[in-house]
Amino acid sequence: MNRATNVVAQATRASRSRNEARAFDELRLEGVSRDFGTVNALRDLTLTIPRGQFVALLGPSGCGKSTALNCIAGLLPVTGGSIWLDDKRIDTMRAEDRGFGMVFQNYALFPHMTVRKNISFGLRMRSVPSAEIERRVEEALRLVRLAEHGEKLPGQLSGGQQQRVAIARAIVIEPPLVLMDEPLSNLDAKLRLEMRQEIRRIHAGLGSTTIYVTHDQEEALSLADRIVVLREGVIRQVGTPAELYAAPVHLDVADFMGYRNRVEGKLIRGDGEFARVDILGGTIQGSLRGLPKGERVFAAIRPDDLLPVRAGQNGIAAVIEAIEYRGREFHGLARTPAGAELHFASPRALAVGATVSLAADPEQVLIFDAGDA
Amino acid sequence: MSTLATSAAPSRHPALSLRSRLAASGLDAVTLLLLPAALLLVALFIYPFVYGFVLSFEPKQGGMFANYQRFFSDPYFANTVWTTMKIALPVTVLNLALALPIAFRVRLLRRQRLLTTFLVLPITLGTVLVAEGMLFYFGPQGWFNRTLLTLGLISQPVRLVHNYWGVLISLVITGFPFTFLLTLSYITGIDPSLEQAAATLGAKPAARFRHIFWPLLLPGLAITFCLSFVQAYSVFPSAVLVGEPAAATRVISIAAYQSAFEDYDYAMASAIAMIMAATQLVVVLIVFAARSLVYRGPVASGKG
Repeated sequence: MNRATNVVAQATRASRSRNEARAFDELRLEGVSRDFGTVNALRDLTLTIPRGQFVALLGPSGCGKSTALNCIAGLLPVTGGSIWLDDKRIDTMRAEDRGFGMVFQNYALFPHMTVRKNISFGLRMRSVPSAEIERRVEEALRLVRLAEHGEKLPGQLSGGQQQRVAIARAIVIEPPLVLMDEPLSNLDAKLRLEMRQEIRRIHAGLGSTTIYVTHDQEEALSLADRIVVLREGVIRQVGTPAELYAAPVHLDVADFMGYRNRVEGKLIRGDGEFARVDILGGTIQGSLRGLPKGERVFAAIRPDDLLPVRAGQNGIAAVIEAIEYRGREFHGLARTPAGAELHFASPRALAVGATVSLAADPEQVLIFDAGDA
Repeated sequence: MSTLATSAAPSRHPALSLRSRLAASGLDAVTLLLLPAALLLVALFIYPFVYGFVLSFEPKQGGMFANYQRFFSDPYFANTVWTTMKIALPVTVLNLALALPIAFRVRLLRRQRLLTTFLVLPITLGTVLVAEGMLFYFGPQGWFNRTLLTLGLISQPVRLVHNYWGVLISLVITGFPFTFLLTLSYITGIDPSLEQAAATLGAKPAARFRHIFWPLLLPGLAITFCLSFVQAYSVFPSAVLVGEPAAATRVISIAAYQSAFEDYDYAMASAIAMIMAATQLVVVLIVFAARSLVYRGPVASGKG
């Protein structure tokens, strides 16, 4: 018993010392840009990631998040700026010399190699002694719970298992930095949830610095220590999941954080943080985000916060177009006289075609300058 | 709804019409569209082949196998197999050896289509035009020899036509585009993220080729080899025009031609054609047997 613990302790110590040999304190992106012809996929990206942090790059497709990841991995040369690991410049190094672990969206498993061969590939390329390769591959297989499947070809595995092999292959080389490019987007909803927990468990166990690209805010919120929201190649906001969820500073970020309703209107009163917005069909009160430059503003409201109120109360009049049963409550879609779509929640079923008055707690309504949108 | 039910469970409806039963096994009206092609195949390939096969066993004199006995006992005939092999095998290997690195480079180019068009152009020229060109270009008074002579690199014209080398060069020129196109399609068929994954795992370009591209390409290269080989093996015009058809490049198709149209011995010509087919088949079978030893699964990864 005592001896077994000792062996484990030794192994842990050995792996830690390997880690420390190439560990770094921070990864810095300084003004990184990437153009494709005349298109700026990434513009002047500046970001510092401390060791051990799990960072999610979040944004819609085409926002430059995968481009950023490929630039860090060395699969795509930058066209401007520089990338640093502490005081070592890495954007000029080739991918094979950077030694980062990467997990691809389509897994990119070598179809002609067994699971074991796939996982050991990086170690073989580093000429690690075969006894150690064997030990580390077994360890990695156990970590991703695929110990029974070592001799199978990737084609014989399910999507979730393939993704676990891809993760094992990337982390077995004990990279200072793990890069994940939408690793769960090819999986079905249930598996996605399972793999999310798996990734969190693995990250907690290894503590490796991780950059995770996703377009799924739920994934970003649940996994990341810090979220970077990108839009059109530019950072919109950086913060912890809680910060972003509670206080998005930009309409685009709000969009990602579940503020599905955006209503255009005219600012009629804005003193301090509180604002009153006039829209066709009523007025909305909300909290002001940043100083509006003009009168045109957007009010952003989460569907869960928008509820039907008794007519006559201060709300927005709208005609119900659809009502869906969602288990605990109803989810409705209504249209204002101005033509704006409003998603709202309702504790009871409402008749389609009826007019409702919808209102939200001013604390939960965010007012953004329309010039930003 | 009813069609769904019938096609899903034909066994439970014994009174099903013939049409639905055929449809269930994949035969429907659309299948009839295969007929013209099938008829052409029978008329232009299967019938002549069977006819020639039968004819080859009806020699002018002697028993059933007299033609075959004559072929293998007379070095004038038997040697043509080796003469043809000596041309076709090096040509095929050379074409593959040229096509592979060029295709590897071309796959990364932006103006891929332009270069591909340029490389494929010789395919449109035809062997006779290429042979004509070679006679002028490589002849004793051609640019090639005159340039080398002027530069003082050689003191006598190099003979590159009317011998073995003439045929070899001409077959490389006309065979390369075909080999190249096939190779390129096999290379571009390999998921590029596999190479990227190998790179992030520390594999240098040589290691990426050895561990990723090469094993995934082998099955495709085997097929390319077979098709290119069969093309080169049936060489005829260039063996006559830029070769030495009486000796060094007396290939098997020349032997067949002479039997048929100089000796008017169609049975012998048929026997030679059958031997030609059989020897090609042997090489193809060897390559396919070797191919069955390597990985032949998908060359993309994952299910995405």
